[in-house]
Amino acid sequence: MDMINLKIDGLDVSVSKGTTILEAAKELKIDIPTLCYIKKLNEVGSCRVCVVEIEGKRGLQPACVTNVSEGMVVSTANKTVRETRKNILELILANHNRECLSCPRNLKCELQKLCNEAGVDNVYYEKKALRSPVSASLSIVRDPGKCVLCGRCISVCANVQNVGVIDFAYRGPQTAVTTPYEQNLSENSCINCGQCIEICPVGALQEKDDTDKVWSAIDNPGLHVVVQVAPAVRVALGEEFGMPVGSNVEGKMVSALKRLGFDKVFDTDFSADLTIMEEGTELLDRINNGGKLPLITSCSPGWIKFCEHNYQDFLDNLSSCKSPQQMFGAVAKSYYAKRADIDPAKIFVVSVMPCTAKKFEAVRDEMQVNGYREVDAVITTRELAKMIKLSGMDFTKLPDGTFDGILGESTGAAVIFGATGGVMEAALRTVADILTGKDLQDIDYKEVRGLEGTREATVEINGMEIKLAIVNGTGNAAKLLDKIRAGEANYHFIEVMACRGGCINGGGQPIILDKSKTEEVRQRRAEGLYGIDRSKEIRKSHQNPEIKELYADFFEKPGSHKVHEHLHTHYVKR
Amino acid sequence: MGTSVCNCKSEKFKQLELIIAEHKDQPGSLIPVMHEAQELFGYLPLEVQTVIAEGLDVPLADVYGVATFYSKFTLQAKGQYQINVCLGTACYVKGAQLIIEKVADMLKIKVGETSQDGLFSLDATRCIGACGLAPVMTVNEKVYGQLTVDKVEKIMKEYLDTVGRDKNANA
Repeated sequence: MDMINLKIDGLDVSVSKGTTILEAAKELKIDIPTLCYIKKLNEVGSCRVCVVEIEGKRGLQPACVTNVSEGMVVSTANKTVRETRKNILELILANHNRECLSCPRNLKCELQKLCNEAGVDNVYYEKKALRSPVSASLSIVRDPGKCVLCGRCISVCANVQNVGVIDFAYRGPQTAVTTPYEQNLSENSCINCGQCIEICPVGALQEKDDTDKVWSAIDNPGLHVVVQVAPAVRVALGEEFGMPVGSNVEGKMVSALKRLGFDKVFDTDFSADLTIMEEGTELLDRINNGGKLPLITSCSPGWIKFCEHNYQDFLDNLSSCKSPQQMFGAVAKSYYAKRADIDPAKIFVVSVMPCTAKKFEAVRDEMQVNGYREVDAVITTRELAKMIKLSGMDFTKLPDGTFDGILGESTGAAVIFGATGGVMEAALRTVADILTGKDLQDIDYKEVRGLEGTREATVEINGMEIKLAIVNGTGNAAKLLDKIRAGEANYHFIEVMACRGGCINGGGQPIILDKSKTEEVRQRRAEGLYGIDRSKEIRKSHQNPEIKELYADFFEKPGSHKVHEHLHTHYVKR
Repeated sequence: MGTSVCNCKSEKFKQLELIIAEHKDQPGSLIPVMHEAQELFGYLPLEVQTVIAEGLDVPLADVYGVATFYSKFTLQAKGQYQINVCLGTACYVKGAQLIIEKVADMLKIKVGETSQDGLFSLDATRCIGACGLAPVMTVNEKVYGQLTVDKVEKIMKEYLDTVGRDKNANA
């Protein structure tokens, strides 16, 4: 390989041809600050924060898009660079609505951190008139007044998710990241995944805050307020309180929820087990009775909306099972209401989700049981952290609590739903036991684990070959479905998660301030979930005693008429 | 995509499909297609942008972004009489601002708008290269030079009479 020798800040370094100055500097442990840059996703050199001086070159050059050349002499922090960088940041701030104290991104803002490090103490430029007003969909709030025009959200929306509902529009000082004709995101094919929120360096993109709804439900003595928590929340919530990434804070989280005043603290893992019972049965039914294949999972509401907009010929492939969030609500307002002898009209179901699309899912027309809305309010992991902080709890010191009964018991199969491949593995554990009629002990399906965007595997169970595919990120799902359409691939069962890495990296999860650590964070959150799975005594959904009880008392058996009324749904062309 | 149009009946949309088919597999086909679409329709309404986006398999947001970036593209239908008043340096110093204000006032529209009856649209342009005639205005292909507020009032009155519109009536 051609090696290039250069000098950065007086230090010699040798890197391969085609390396950028930014990457070469990293070899020397020199951290050139960046704002718009995301490796391999948004390498556009638009913000100019990473400018460096190159001997013999006029002006400063952006390190993120300038390749090294032989004999180059680079200064990354001399007086000119320092002053210019500070000036660039001041110019960005001049057009940025600086309400840091009340901004939800305060202390998790990349711009704030950069300004701090660059010593920006005063902004000399007059504040310009700001762009369009704040607009909110059911899931996502856009605040153009805080947008720094880095273009990261555009890249993730178009190139990772294949959605592309936002882009730059207008020109010059009017330039804005916007939707066509300033449509609200709820009026177009936005899938509410919130990956734009996760990648936004500032507070220009946020989830729609629903904590007020939850507080007023808790404060209403006439309501019986129950809460469910999705698997991925428990391995990420701790980050909001300075705990190591991937820490399992399930016990503390349960204690916190009880102290917040919820009447019952339940677990979405319970309904994840229920989903497996139904989806596993559906898979076997479709395979044995010539049903539509491949069967595609339906847990991820971002993926569902994506499919409804763009792959309508696959709607019959989607599992008719509601997602665990909705199954929980349906059971809470029917079976639980009956058992606890509470009027379902007085039950208020709150979900804590790693996901912004769940806010949209909860208000879909179909998601009602016996005329009651299944889920009344959805908050993200970040919103839960906010509620805990507001109530003044010392989260890290809380004792470990346990989930309440009848909708709180869960298995290892359920908790791994939060990572890509988890739903597949959970389904396989149950399907394998059904097909063999045994209680199989070898249940780690390592071939379906991992964080790659697309994975394929074939498993043989009792002589039956099941071809599987697992994709995460709707862009990867699109590629896979295109292959199936073209007849180049086929499977029995496909798991799709809208977000890269699955729910652990959902649009409602704690913001990763250092974006270069994203992969590592995903890995550690996933490890957290698989760790909980390993520690569980029961690791197969069909062995969950509360699930057995639920079928015995109420639903009879998977796929029964009553089950279809409560736990299954249909999809619409959008 | 959310918005779809039934274009089976519209001759223009059929032609648009042909334009798209012709350019579809060429790299960088978006701008040429948008140009031809604008020639065909006179402007680029949402329906047209949607068909282009679907046809070329690019996000609608990209089409809108390009349409709003280049000043030659317009999202608004132009009037039967397209009035352009030059605001280039020479015209401007010779009082073009007063000319354009007079026209806007008589037509009861703002600069950049089209009258509701679709007869007149008014735009400000950059230098059109006729500085010797400053201040200059064009109505479709016709050029009017050395304008004064009085002169432009006369010219516009003639147009309004031609189309049978009372200049004081609301557009």
